[in-house]
Amino acid sequence: MHFEDTPEEAAFRAEARDWLAKAAAAYANPPTAPWEEAELVRLGRAWQRTKAEGGFAGILWPQEIGGRGGTPMQASIFDEEEHAYNIPTGVFITIGMNMAVPTIRRHGTPEQAERYTRPTLLGEMTWCQLFSEPAAGSDLANLRTKAAQRQDGSWLINGQKVWSSWAHHADYAILLTRTDPSVAKHKGLTFFVLDMKTPGITIRPIRQISGKSDFNEVFLENVVIPDANRIGKVGEGWACAMTTLMSERAGSRGGESDLDVATVIEALRGTDALADGAAQVKLARWWTVEQGIQNFRHRLTTRMSKGEPLGAEAALVKLAYARKLQDIAAFAMDVEGYEGVAGDSPLREQAEAAYQWGAVMRIAGGADEILKNQLSERVLGMPGEIRADKDIPFDQLEA
Amino acid sequence: MDFDLSDEQKMLAEETRRLLSDRASANRLRVLADAGAAWDEGLWSDVAAMGLLGAAIPEELGGVGLGEIDVCVIAGEMGRGPAPLPFLGTVLAADAIRLAGSDAQKTEWLPKLASGETVAAYAWNEGRGAFHPRRMAAAVKAGRINGRKAPVADAGLAKIAIVAALENGEPGLFLVSLGDASVSPMKGFDLLQKQSAVTFDGAAAERLPGASEAFIEAMQDRAAIYTAFAQIGGAEACLYMARDYAMGRKTFGRPIAGYQAIKHKLAEVLVEIELARSNAYFAAWALANDAPELKTAAATARLSATTAYDLASRENLQVHGGFGYTWEADCNFHFRRARLLSAFLGGPDVWSARLIMALQAANAPLAA
Ligand SMILES: Cc1cc2nc3c(=O)[nH]c(=O)nc-3n(C[C@H](O)[C@H](O)[C@H](O)COP(=O)(O)OP(=O)(O)OC[C@H]3O[C@@H](n4cnc5c(N)ncnc54)[C@H](O)[C@@H]3O)c2cc1C
Repeated sequence: MHFEDTPEEAAFRAEARDWLAKAAAAYANPPTAPWEEAELVRLGRAWQRTKAEGGFAGILWPQEIGGRGGTPMQASIFDEEEHAYNIPTGVFITIGMNMAVPTIRRHGTPEQAERYTRPTLLGEMTWCQLFSEPAAGSDLANLRTKAAQRQDGSWLINGQKVWSSWAHHADYAILLTRTDPSVAKHKGLTFFVLDMKTPGITIRPIRQISGKSDFNEVFLENVVIPDANRIGKVGEGWACAMTTLMSERAGSRGGESDLDVATVIEALRGTDALADGAAQVKLARWWTVEQGIQNFRHRLTTRMSKGEPLGAEAALVKLAYARKLQDIAAFAMDVEGYEGVAGDSPLREQAEAAYQWGAVMRIAGGADEILKNQLSERVLGMPGEIRADKDIPFDQLEA
Repeated sequence: MDFDLSDEQKMLAEETRRLLSDRASANRLRVLADAGAAWDEGLWSDVAAMGLLGAAIPEELGGVGLGEIDVCVIAGEMGRGPAPLPFLGTVLAADAIRLAGSDAQKTEWLPKLASGETVAAYAWNEGRGAFHPRRMAAAVKAGRINGRKAPVADAGLAKIAIVAALENGEPGLFLVSLGDASVSPMKGFDLLQKQSAVTFDGAAAERLPGASEAFIEAMQDRAAIYTAFAQIGGAEACLYMARDYAMGRKTFGRPIAGYQAIKHKLAEVLVEIELARSNAYFAAWALANDAPELKTAAATARLSATTAYDLASRENLQVHGGFGYTWEADCNFHFRRARLLSAFLGGPDVWSARLIMALQAANAPLAA
């Protein structure tokens, strides 16, 4: 067991650091005022290209497809170094890099892989994920959006997606649809790539509790998708979607609005709060969770760099992180008293953002309860949930 | 970075586990507890013969010449039973001598500690509340010690003790033969690790020349890290004991393992254990490399491991229902040991304060 960089890792870190110092100079912390959405997407695309040209995008991807052909350790090192900057990026990039491309490469044809990989790597294609629907979130396979094949082989799509993050800035979508309602719900699904400029798509922003509208309802009315955009076989959509979700979990990092113990201690330095036993116990607890997550990630990186698979226990990162975030954000408000929820106390804005983001993280990408089901079933081998709809053809289920 | 145990360390864990799974099984522990035994002497010899007591002791002094991480690995396996052995006290005493003793002390004692011939105790506590090296009454004057240390683990088995005491007002560590002290049993919550009060009335006390106040504090961190591994071993034993019981126990026509309240409870335990293990690995690395993060890493590992073991041992009993509260069930040993290991070095309040203080210190590294 050792924590130091090996000579090769140290050399890579130095290279990454030097490169970032020049390429990301404009994004040195602390952040300036937040970018307005369109500006963020523009800068995010440009940063992705810069990174790709510098050889630091797709570190784990093979060189033939524009990646670096690097190691999990290098990916983790670059992540750490990049994290020191206030980089413009978002799900419009990560859905493509961490979810769409890995799924297309695994289940699609070589032509499909060729078509989407490089433009995504270069920030030329942004992506959104059209999976969830009003009646299909945790129970994703319950989705209703219908895809019917036409005479010429193309597909006619009708239905409604929801919670579609950044769909209004996406060039393409990964789309999960139902092609056969006469079989059990997981079996009749098919996976597509959808060009978001196709006629028949209506994107309606949903106003969130934050006041922002990062996610949308997406209506699909007689949208035509060529058969060339089908990924995998007809009826294999569930397997494709599982690849997407696994990749999503593996790629998930902190997120937009962090708040950590070090920041809270800095803000409270010199006040009575830090000498209070009850506060110390809470802060110490959250510190142990933060460190535990970081150290757990290091264990996972080590494991992956030895070629071992990422186990189902990786789900615990998001579970532990999201709850901690909500808890510490609530504390940061409480500890300031009345001023913690009104006025100009130094932590207030960050705490409010983190408190809301904590709520998002507890739901998006697998809700807490679903993750606990997964941990108990896949890691501990406990029985699966009782499924009242098991083996019943989808069209015979009660709505 | 290679943040995992080495293949040799994994093998060491496996071999230790194989020996203890049978010899420190719950049935065996019940027999010992019924007999009021303080340890399993035969197992002690076998453990010593495997080299498990001298992992960090140099080969020329009778040890195996490995390091602290290996001690952690062994401590983790000892925690699984938990093994009825005076392991922690003996290892801590050996570490104190190895790191702060004179050459003569090392040559005299380390071979005997490595071979298991001598059992040792580590005695720091006096009375209630948090330990502080400057607030001790035990004192050494002209090579003689006076005072009372209590509770002291396994003092009834030990031949020598490393004792924290003041000399000229300065904290230090002293090697004392327990034959010259009066050792009286104390009541205790744990069934297998016996606690004693040790009274010194002018016994000969040899100073460990390298043991300053800072060294005594560092010994607390070291004890916390070894203990964290034992706690995680215990917590994991509880988790899988609960899982196995839940798979077999049926209510309302199906295994209780299928109920979400039970599944989620054990998922929570799993999360705490994995976070704690990750923190314990980091602390073991910090200890073995004397890293600047050692102090915060030790407190972090201790707090995580205490949370995990407390939760796991309670919920294990809960999952067992009424049967869990019987002498016949296996929950009892961990139910008690978890409390012992939480309190004996100072509970979460103490270590939380210690951690936050260390993090506040201006130059403390804030990230692992
Ligand atoms: C900010 C945000 C962004 C998102 N972005 C996207 C996106 O870009 N694309 C996309 O496709 N989706 C996206 N989602 C949707 C997200 O994946 C779903 O919200 C999530 O999977 C939960 O589904 P649901 O909202 O339908 O809640 P439900 O599934 O209705 O769950 C409601 C509650 O019931 C619990 N529950 C459900 N089933 C069980 C069970 N079996 N046992 C115990 N408890 C259960 C859940 O844990 C939850 O607490 C986003 C969500 C959010 C909040």
